[in-house]
Amino acid sequence: MTGDALAIAWRTVSLAALATLVMLPPGIALAWILARRQFPGRAMLETLVSLPLVMPPVATGLMLLWVFGRRGPLGGPLSQLGIDVMFTWRAVVLAGAVMGLPLLVRAARAGFEQVDRRYEEIAGTLGASPRRVFLTISLPLAKRGVLAGALLGFSRALGEFGATIMVAGALPSTRTIAVAIYSYTETGQAAAATTMLAISATIAFGALLLSNRLASSA
Amino acid sequence: MPVPVTLDFLLCQGDFRLEMHEQVEARVVALFGPSGSGKTSVLESIAGLRSLEWGEIRIGSRTLYDSGAGVDVPSHRRKVGYVPQDLALFSHMNVKHNILYGARSDRDDGSAEGLDQILSLLELHPFLDRRVSDLSGGERQRVAIARALTTEPLVLLLDEPLTALDRGLRARVLPYLKRIRDELATPMVYVSHDEAEVRALADWVVELDGGRTIRSGPALTPFAGP
Repeated sequence: MTGDALAIAWRTVSLAALATLVMLPPGIALAWILARRQFPGRAMLETLVSLPLVMPPVATGLMLLWVFGRRGPLGGPLSQLGIDVMFTWRAVVLAGAVMGLPLLVRAARAGFEQVDRRYEEIAGTLGASPRRVFLTISLPLAKRGVLAGALLGFSRALGEFGATIMVAGALPSTRTIAVAIYSYTETGQAAAATTMLAISATIAFGALLLSNRLASSA
Repeated sequence: MPVPVTLDFLLCQGDFRLEMHEQVEARVVALFGPSGSGKTSVLESIAGLRSLEWGEIRIGSRTLYDSGAGVDVPSHRRKVGYVPQDLALFSHMNVKHNILYGARSDRDDGSAEGLDQILSLLELHPFLDRRVSDLSGGERQRVAIARALTTEPLVLLLDEPLTALDRGLRARVLPYLKRIRDELATPMVYVSHDEAEVRALADWVVELDGGRTIRSGPALTPFAGP
């Protein structure tokens, strides 16, 4: 295995892990809201969260390009603060987080739905505030669903290609395993592409296996 | 010492309508009646787990609900120790963490006098490090009661605490409840459909049927049903 392949693998895994950390707070919050709250616009929110699952990843990438580009509604202010997102490692994290979020939300939501509300109600009568009930009862009891979702989100971020190539390109500093496989294949470097394929399959297999185990024992 | 208890409210849930008009002074108020008569709904109304149409709920000098004055204390601020029929022990915590869940933060080392008294009273010291799934029915019942008591509740709400236990266990748990009544002087609202149990513990009985009170009086007078 070449040093280049190792560097790409390390970059992919660490940025996918970072993307998972980024998606966890909003993902858990969305999962809990969808599992526990009834409000107008709930179906709309549910659809919006799932959208990246069914939209072509390059389309999601294009939307991110508009929002986080230098003239975008979020990219503009960030750029003025000296934080460039597009075509940097941040764009890889962003694409991974957005694409992985629906998977995290789905599994975590199922986890929260399995928690008997009775425990939450009783914790409340014992003086626990809603925040404490969430942190000490709901979240620990839903943790297998949340962990399974985090692993699924991580796996998705790990293999992300369409949105990533749109927002981060195939630069040496942003190249991930999926992008590298594409680039190596395009340039006829079959051996390098095969090495990346083997690394990718091994990591994804392990993450999915763990995720399935967690989900089945939830 | 008897405590004034006001339960004067209307609860409507689908077709079910529960009406209470009780103002009593008692150490233990028993709610007696057949299944579906509304006993558990009364406890959950006191605990703040049901939305009421109107009325008042007062325990001692504390108002928990007063629709006229716009008071509806959220359940986590009501200071009621609710022991539901299913106990709802937290399966991801051991016995000690279950019991300490509602304890005041200055007592969470498990050594404070009040907590120690509760653990001694319910003979729970040997079980503190056990998982709740490893406990017998009677032990689980005592853990649930201890968990409710460590919140230093205004009132203890017990929903058929002995029903799931066999005769031998009932005979062993009942004295613990009497000790709570006599030694801790915590007022109780006690749900049961066992007349002997009610007579042994309560000093006031409200008999319910179909969401209505059919008798309310001292525990010594004859019961109407079920």
